[in-house]
Amino acid sequence: MEPIKVIRSRTVVLPYDDVDTDQIIPARYLTTTTRDGLGEAAFADWRYDENGEPRPDFELNQPEAAGCQVLVAGNNFGCGSSREHAPWALLDSGILAVISTEIADIFRSNSLKNGLLPVVVDADTHAWLLANPGAEVSIDLAERLVGLPDGRQVAFPIDGFSRYCLMNGIDQLGFLLQQEAEILKFEQNRPWQP
Amino acid sequence: MSAKSLFAKVWDEHIVVPESDDHPAVLYIDLHLTHEVTSPQAFSVLRERGLPVRRTDLTLATMDHSTPTLPVRSFKELQVVAEPKAAAQIVKLEQNCAEFGVTLHGFDSEYRGIVHVIGPELGATQPGKTIVCGDSHTSTHGAFGALAFGIGTTEVGHVMATQCLLQRRPKTFAVNFEGQLQHGVTAKDMILALIGKIGVDGGVGHVFEYRGSAIAGLDMEQRMTICNMSIEAGARAGMIAPDDTTIEYLAGRPLVPQGAAWDQAVARWRSLPSDPDAHFDREVTLDVSALRPMVTFGTNPGMVVAIDEAIPERSDANFRKALEYMGVTAGRPLAGHPVNVVFVGSCTNSRLSDLEQAAAVMKGRHVAEGVRMLVVPGSQQVKKAAEARGLDRVFTEAGAEWRESGCSMCLGMNGDTVPSGQLAVSTSNRNFEGRQGKGARTVLASPATAAASALAGSVADPRPYLAN
Ligand code: SF4
Repeated sequence: MEPIKVIRSRTVVLPYDDVDTDQIIPARYLTTTTRDGLGEAAFADWRYDENGEPRPDFELNQPEAAGCQVLVAGNNFGCGSSREHAPWALLDSGILAVISTEIADIFRSNSLKNGLLPVVVDADTHAWLLANPGAEVSIDLAERLVGLPDGRQVAFPIDGFSRYCLMNGIDQLGFLLQQEAEILKFEQNRPWQP
Repeated sequence: MSAKSLFAKVWDEHIVVPESDDHPAVLYIDLHLTHEVTSPQAFSVLRERGLPVRRTDLTLATMDHSTPTLPVRSFKELQVVAEPKAAAQIVKLEQNCAEFGVTLHGFDSEYRGIVHVIGPELGATQPGKTIVCGDSHTSTHGAFGALAFGIGTTEVGHVMATQCLLQRRPKTFAVNFEGQLQHGVTAKDMILALIGKIGVDGGVGHVFEYRGSAIAGLDMEQRMTICNMSIEAGARAGMIAPDDTTIEYLAGRPLVPQGAAWDQAVARWRSLPSDPDAHFDREVTLDVSALRPMVTFGTNPGMVVAIDEAIPERSDANFRKALEYMGVTAGRPLAGHPVNVVFVGSCTNSRLSDLEQAAAVMKGRHVAEGVRMLVVPGSQQVKKAAEARGLDRVFTEAGAEWRESGCSMCLGMNGDTVPSGQLAVSTSNRNFEGRQGKGARTVLASPATAAASALAGSVADPRPYLAN
């Protein structure tokens, strides 16, 4: 995983609430046994018509969307299935951060483990971002701030541990493996065995 | 010591390293369930790093998601029936389980089935355990008073390697269901009503505890239906305190403790219910006495009305998009809307009592002309029990298809799909766009409502069928 410090990009806006992980990647793409190459499946049913042609009215198919690394989405983004293929697909399609007013628990957890930044902002900032697609924003992970084009700096919450891992490109398994002595002790001392 | 909730008791007992500002808690996992779709990349990580599965004795695998529901008894037959990538994924699971020493309920196992059906059936699911699976409906197991939640594939790897997860403590949310259900109204209607009330994000960051007289009156299978859909309200988990019903269900199951150990376990389970003054961060109460059969009309489970209630009129873009996708009209009830497909199955409603519910409506009647109905038992055990009671014949004589166990039409990745533009009444848990196949339209309902709709050829109230 590449360390993340600051993400600077124009935004692409998907103004719908409750975008679920079945939309982010439909189930028929989940028969893979690797995590690569899922970008093509990202939003497949919204992105392509029955003939596999790009739908011209879909937000991410607009010419301005090309190269955007920050997705601004409606409330409760990533709800539904636990499929980690959802952040894999977004990352593979070039998205590095998602901004919303609320991001579903499992999707958030999965994103943090893969270097996709879930950014929750207040309703006013969110409304402004929804109304201004293509805005040039910066997301500073060290400072936990989103910078807007007018110079405003908006704070966003992120767990300190996840932030540390993301900024240093460390995966969390390493930390857990270091707890082996504690885990053994727990297993030996617990009052009942599963 | 201060009063504790069921959740707090289970959580606290599994803390290996407490959380701090620097890191989340290290939480011990007592049971790890796994399946073909969300495990291959996790096994790959173990292989790359030269790590074993730390506790194969606490790990259990089955095949369900991409597994066909047509009869397949061997991996050779699989190649014929399944789409090549799905077949490859199933074969991969078999290889991974063999390589890492994980017990797999494969084609030859009489215990194969949907992961959330077989855990309880085997008695692997028990009160007070922490249970995870790379699947959001792991919340199902909370019906036993376990803390059970879905995880992503990276975390599947964490549990395989260390039997632990890094977790921040969630908040708690008491959901009180009071009153007595009317005949023909079920647990599915209760949970749909809750999601309608608090919304699909109502439980984000929380663990539910379902309580109250209406919960106490439910059998374990109905309780599982409720806990199953906790995630549809955004909650990570949903729990129900263990009681006599729980203990009776578990007694004699293959994987429960035996002899003196059983008595000790029961004593421990009896201490799990929330203390009377336990604190909850949020609370909501629903009276179920006047509840009617519920049906979804939109593209998430929170867009739900009673069967004879008009679809609300709202002007926001999300709402209009959903109605347009579904091809339904605001201001009118869903009852009477034409149906193409009916699916009875999924980890929400594929257990014996669910099938009995559907059969009670269908017995001696026939599926309407032009409607395809699929009945898919949740496990091979359910299938066997249903066949012993003749339920398969009730369904097949009514013109429905009777299949092998699996996730089937709940999600379009195993060959069972709803064609684009067609409307399915489904006993599953998600009516997202394309969930049951590209362009498919889904109405979520109870098994009784699904069965009635199959007979009528349109969305239908089951109560008249049950009355005579
Ligand atoms: S039946 Fe549906 S919801 Fe349940 S585990 Fe299978 S795919 Fe997931």
